[in-house]
Amino acid sequence: MPKLSKIVFLMAAMVVAFAARPAFAVVEIDINKANVEPLPIAITDFQSNDDIGAKVSGVVEADLKRSGLFAPVNRAAFIEKIANPDQTPRFPDWTAINAQALVTGRVVQEADGRLRAEYRLWDTFANQQLSGEQFFTRPENWRRVAHIIADAIYERLTGEKGYFDSRVVFVSETGPKNNRQKQLAIMDQDGANARMLTSGNDIVLTPRFSPNRQEITYMSFEGGQPRVYLLQLETGQRELVGNFPGMTFSPRFSPDGQRIIMSLQEGGNANIYAMDLRSRATTRLTDTAAIDTSPSYSPDSQQIVFESDRGGRQQLYKMNADGSGQQRISFGDGSYSTPVWSPRGDLIAFTKQSGGKFSIGVMRPDGSGERILTTGFHNEGPTWAPNGRVLMFFRQPAGAGGPQIYSIDLTGYNEQQVQTPGYASDPAWSPLLE
Amino acid sequence: MGRMLTLATNPAVIALVTALAVTGCASKKTLPNNAGELGLNSATPGSQQDFTVNVGDRIFFDTDSSSIRPDAAATLDKQAQWLARYPQYRITVEGHADERGTREYNLALGARRAAATKSYLASKGVPASQMQTISYGKERPVAVCDDISCWSQNRRAVTVLGGAGS
Repeated sequence: MPKLSKIVFLMAAMVVAFAARPAFAVVEIDINKANVEPLPIAITDFQSNDDIGAKVSGVVEADLKRSGLFAPVNRAAFIEKIANPDQTPRFPDWTAINAQALVTGRVVQEADGRLRAEYRLWDTFANQQLSGEQFFTRPENWRRVAHIIADAIYERLTGEKGYFDSRVVFVSETGPKNNRQKQLAIMDQDGANARMLTSGNDIVLTPRFSPNRQEITYMSFEGGQPRVYLLQLETGQRELVGNFPGMTFSPRFSPDGQRIIMSLQEGGNANIYAMDLRSRATTRLTDTAAIDTSPSYSPDSQQIVFESDRGGRQQLYKMNADGSGQQRISFGDGSYSTPVWSPRGDLIAFTKQSGGKFSIGVMRPDGSGERILTTGFHNEGPTWAPNGRVLMFFRQPAGAGGPQIYSIDLTGYNEQQVQTPGYASDPAWSPLLE
Repeated sequence: MGRMLTLATNPAVIALVTALAVTGCASKKTLPNNAGELGLNSATPGSQQDFTVNVGDRIFFDTDSSSIRPDAAATLDKQAQWLARYPQYRITVEGHADERGTREYNLALGARRAAATKSYLASKGVPASQMQTISYGKERPVAVCDDISCWSQNRRAVTVLGGAGS
């Protein structure tokens, strides 16, 4: 069992803001528009004695570019060469190449071995600094510092929290389709630092992050008994969740991390149960002669959305957290499954099967305003970025190939494949790291 | 395809092929080409081969359905008769789904098919205590292609014999 190194690292003296004056930016992005014109931004190589500065600014640039909201200006077009990232740049040199925002910075190895990374974000048309921060960390965490800087720039220019300093747990797949090996795996949201969490001896499915980012709940066929498990990321310790008489599957944490909600198979029917992780008490929430599965809490923990075929085909239903008030919310053509409540609470993402195609879509929690984001032979299993603006899902091609993970904006634009070591499915996005 | 894989992985068959290959190395014509030449149609009564070849270990379902079709009922009737004759076997019924569904639903659908199969066998006299079920959802397809003929082979319940007295 490969162990993760410590996930949470402490940033001593984090965030030393050295730009105190209020800024009145002219540069900003309205990300609620359907098709945003990406903002031209110049990201200079961060200064350093070796290549670490350029590596950090390279990750910042890649994050911002992949978001689809920023268009990094080609470095070959840069006129001013930044000699001192603390000095006010020559703004006309940057407006001349239409860079509306400029990022400068430096990365220094401190005497105590720590890395010091600083950046400044400039509004080139308003001739002012928008933000500037300094971070200290262990050298091996250089990518995380880059993601944190990218989040700060994203937040300053869009007014929304970022999502780059986050991870994705998924199922890594190898081998032929009729004998696929499946391993739990974890990676940074940009596909970097991928590593396996299980050996591949047992089928593993549907991993989900705990809100505390330290635990994963998933389903494993270990010992020929398909059941829900809990995995501690730091120690690699695993435990069975509950002692149920049948197959347990489709687990997910409650927003406070204190409960796991899942399906229990009873003969031909599946019903939804919640288990309190402290008291181990279980509560039955649905009781139908149907398949009730894929439960997901609203971010305020008051409601649960799930799928059920109680009316014939699979449709989305919601209920109160105690199981009362069950009502159907999806009424479109086809069948609906794998609902996931957005961390913002405003939308529910789902898989929709219709006309022989599999789509990823979103609707409001009352079922109104359905929008399909992507359609094809087989798209399945959406998961939300921590800011509720981007979704990942997996796409299975027809035939003998394997699935890959994709990301797409809430607007339906900017679909991109996420690089993984092999075939990959069942992505689940973590909250922002801390 | 599934049947040949089952045969080829049976140690007894592999041993038989090896023996024939060694004794018949002077003439390729003596190498067996099919189950008939291997004598499998006269598999030992009560053996795993007998069950797989002469009874049939799997049944198929319609899309999103766990109803036992008439052709499946005929197979299960033969399974129940065979199991009554050889009561030393415990069985595991594996339920499977095709790939044209979402993962969680398919796990439950596979379980529903396994439960329907178990229930039918019980109605034909197979003791419930001799049977257990497991669902593999869409995780273990036998046929790999992208058309309806493939998917229909994957929507199945397979009766797997446990060891005698196990």
